Amino acid sequence: MTVMSNGAAANSGSGHNWLLLLLKARTLVALLLVFAFFSVMAPNFLSAANAILISKHVAINAFLAIGMTFVIITGGIDLSVGSVVGLTSMIAGYLVLNGIDLGVGYSLQFNTLEIVAIVCLAGALVGCINGILITRLNVAPFIATLGMLYVARGAALLFSDGQTFPNLNGNPEYGSDSFYLIGTGSFLGLPVMVWMLVAVSLAAGYIASRTPLGRQIYATGGNERGAALSGVRVNRVKMFVYMFSGLMAALVGLIIASQLKAAHPATGEFFELNAIAAAVLGGTSMSGGRGRIAGTIVGAFVIGILSDGLVMMGVSSFWQMVIKGLVIIAAVVIDQAQSRLQARVALAQEVALNR
Amino acid sequence: MNQAAEIHEPHPVGLTIRGATKVYPGTVALKGVDFDIRMGAVNVLVGENGAGKSTLMKVIAGVETLTNGEITVDGRPVVFRTKDDAVASGIGIVFQELNLFPDMSVCDNVFMAREPVRFGFDIDHDSVEERTRVLLQRLEQDIDPNTTLGHLRIGQQQIVEIAKALAQDARILILDEPTSALSAAEVEVLFRIISELKAQGVGIVYISHRLEELIRVGDYITVLRDGEITGSRPMQGVDIPWIVQAMIGEKSKDFSQSLGHEFGHEVFRAENIALPKMGGGYMVDHVSLTVRAGEILGLYGLMGAGRSEFLECIMAQHPEARGHFFVDGEEMREPHVAGRIARGIALVPEDRKRDGLIQIMSVRENMTLSSLAQFTAGFHLNLRKEAERAAEFIKRMTVKVASQENPVSSLSGGNQQKVVIGKALMTGPKVLLMDEPSRGIDIGAKAEIYHKMRNLAAEGIGIIFVTSDLEEVLALSDRIIVLADGRISGEFGRGADAADVIAAATPASARSRNKDLVS
Repeated sequence: MTVMSNGAAANSGSGHNWLLLLLKARTLVALLLVFAFFSVMAPNFLSAANAILISKHVAINAFLAIGMTFVIITGGIDLSVGSVVGLTSMIAGYLVLNGIDLGVGYSLQFNTLEIVAIVCLAGALVGCINGILITRLNVAPFIATLGMLYVARGAALLFSDGQTFPNLNGNPEYGSDSFYLIGTGSFLGLPVMVWMLVAVSLAAGYIASRTPLGRQIYATGGNERGAALSGVRVNRVKMFVYMFSGLMAALVGLIIASQLKAAHPATGEFFELNAIAAAVLGGTSMSGGRGRIAGTIVGAFVIGILSDGLVMMGVSSFWQMVIKGLVIIAAVVIDQAQSRLQARVALAQEVALNR
Repeated sequence: MNQAAEIHEPHPVGLTIRGATKVYPGTVALKGVDFDIRMGAVNVLVGENGAGKSTLMKVIAGVETLTNGEITVDGRPVVFRTKDDAVASGIGIVFQELNLFPDMSVCDNVFMAREPVRFGFDIDHDSVEERTRVLLQRLEQDIDPNTTLGHLRIGQQQIVEIAKALAQDARILILDEPTSALSAAEVEVLFRIISELKAQGVGIVYISHRLEELIRVGDYITVLRDGEITGSRPMQGVDIPWIVQAMIGEKSKDFSQSLGHEFGHEVFRAENIALPKMGGGYMVDHVSLTVRAGEILGLYGLMGAGRSEFLECIMAQHPEARGHFFVDGEEMREPHVAGRIARGIALVPEDRKRDGLIQIMSVRENMTLSSLAQFTAGFHLNLRKEAERAAEFIKRMTVKVASQENPVSSLSGGNQQKVVIGKALMTGPKVLLMDEPSRGIDIGAKAEIYHKMRNLAAEGIGIIFVTSDLEEVLALSDRIIVLADGRISGEFGRGADAADVIAAATPASARSRNKDLVS
């Protein structure tokens, strides 16, 4: 009797485990599905040139999504990243074009590395302001970053009175003529920006899984009070995630300004929504505490391949929006099913243990 | 048991419960309880935390359903599946935590979700206001029905909650610890209202830990212990020793014996800790105490006496608190929890779910959260070392878990508590603060945790533990400090008398009130 019931329990357990594994890998499954679908349906989808093009599109969104993932894991949200992309690309354009005018007949000029450093700093600074609003002044993350969305966009427009900074070719005398390489250069056959994405993803994945900071990011999102009572410096953790998100936005601002050799203040509008979509598609829970960098990157690829593939198939952009929205909703529905199943499996294990 | 009640006939029985049994996963909250509610009288229900009072009331109010047993109202059997069923039978309950909407008006609160409507959708505001006014007059309260509820004092809010119950034509009114948040004057008002309701024939169930208050206000008393009735009789002739005897009974729980070790040096000292309360006064009123290495210090007191707040002050949760802490003779000034943990303080919080654990994280991640630095070189976390250490503590704390990677939420209450204690111990504390360490766990796990506390003390850790369980504090402590109204109101050695400890825990305001009454 006992043996039989144990056997039955083990059977249903392994059945659950299979389903659970499938659900856990759902983003990857979705990626394979869209990839297979467009390989058949879209002409030229499987060419190397197209693969590189898609990965460039994906990279832009993936940077923002990585930053967004950390923020969402702590239980927050960063709506300002799109505007920060616009602002930082304007700062980059301004520095390449004009340098800093000291107002006494001289101007400070920078080489490419210095420009990158300054722009990254600017992005992190915006994130820092977000962080201070949220941790010190207790503004809800949604509101704080919504405000920053407007402020940063306005600041980007003020930079040039709404004009585009054109012809960012740089100046060999100042060492800024290599600026265009950030977005268009390639190394070992892959675009520089894709290499940057690889480096950033590895670093972010490492932070998330192998450092105390990463563990504390998850703990903060899982239960902020509990984390604080366990000695986690919750405010510091939050400052980090918003600054990191700002930094990611600055990288994207640099890449876009460099790619187009021009900086336009409207750059990056609605990018924040794509970033959130990629994070959620990759299994990040909006209520905090759950999410993985690898999942987010796969999520970014699903969205990227989906939109590029639909374009190549000639689907109207109106339908593209509908399809993208449905995919995101489906992802969250499946996510809920998975967490319910996972809780059941763990509970069954404990019950079996205490029997 | 019921003989005495049958002789005493002026109050008809309105509701009876026979053989009530309620089983929760892992624990039996009620074991065949018989309980009568008499109309036009105050039926007092008393017992320690976890004795089953709240469960019994939830059953009567339709919040929980019985596993076994039956309820009859006016002689006909009823089944309460939802709260609405109970309300339909004329049962109203005022929970200890008020369930009101602070941003809405008094009359909106009173008629919440039962608003009288015209044409099926339009709220008849005039009628709402008028009926609220009548109710408040019945309760002798001069409150404008249109006042925003949040602007009222706590005592008035409680009266609004009573009005809400009466608005549903409650003939049986359950008051769960109604006086714990009230001032002396507000308690007087409440008592007057209670006697008026009694005169109107309402049956009142009154739950409280303040024994003098019970004797004063009650007509019948029922004592619960560990889910069983241990005493039930009219209030005449009942005195505090009788109640205490019925509440505690013979030694029943397994408190492991003291290991009889010597205490070491003074490991922790608090000097003049003061935590201001909102609206004047102090939550913690200039408390000073010391703990020696290897000593178990029990902090006893009623709800709101400032015990948990005192522990929170030690753990840097109240930046506005004043006073000084010393660990091993050196002052502890660190402003953050992390710094205080590094100084050798560890806290096992009262509310496991809210403060103790990150529910969605694994057992391993929860256990090591406070001690991550031990496995970190530079910024690299050594996961293998972490898993080994977690496994070591799971074994040491005898946590029953299939895998340390399972989410901590899948564990039973007792095992979760062991994870919380394991987390605290992993930091290598000199002083262990435990807030209600045995709350909400079954008897077996309790005994294990008591045993663990003894062992830790023998290893030379100083333990301060807070409890509302009288038996626990008497049996487990080497020394007992009683708090009342944020102040130290008594200090007892081993073998203290239960009645003395309870007397010390009664707030001074309540004590003087009862003295006035006697004289």
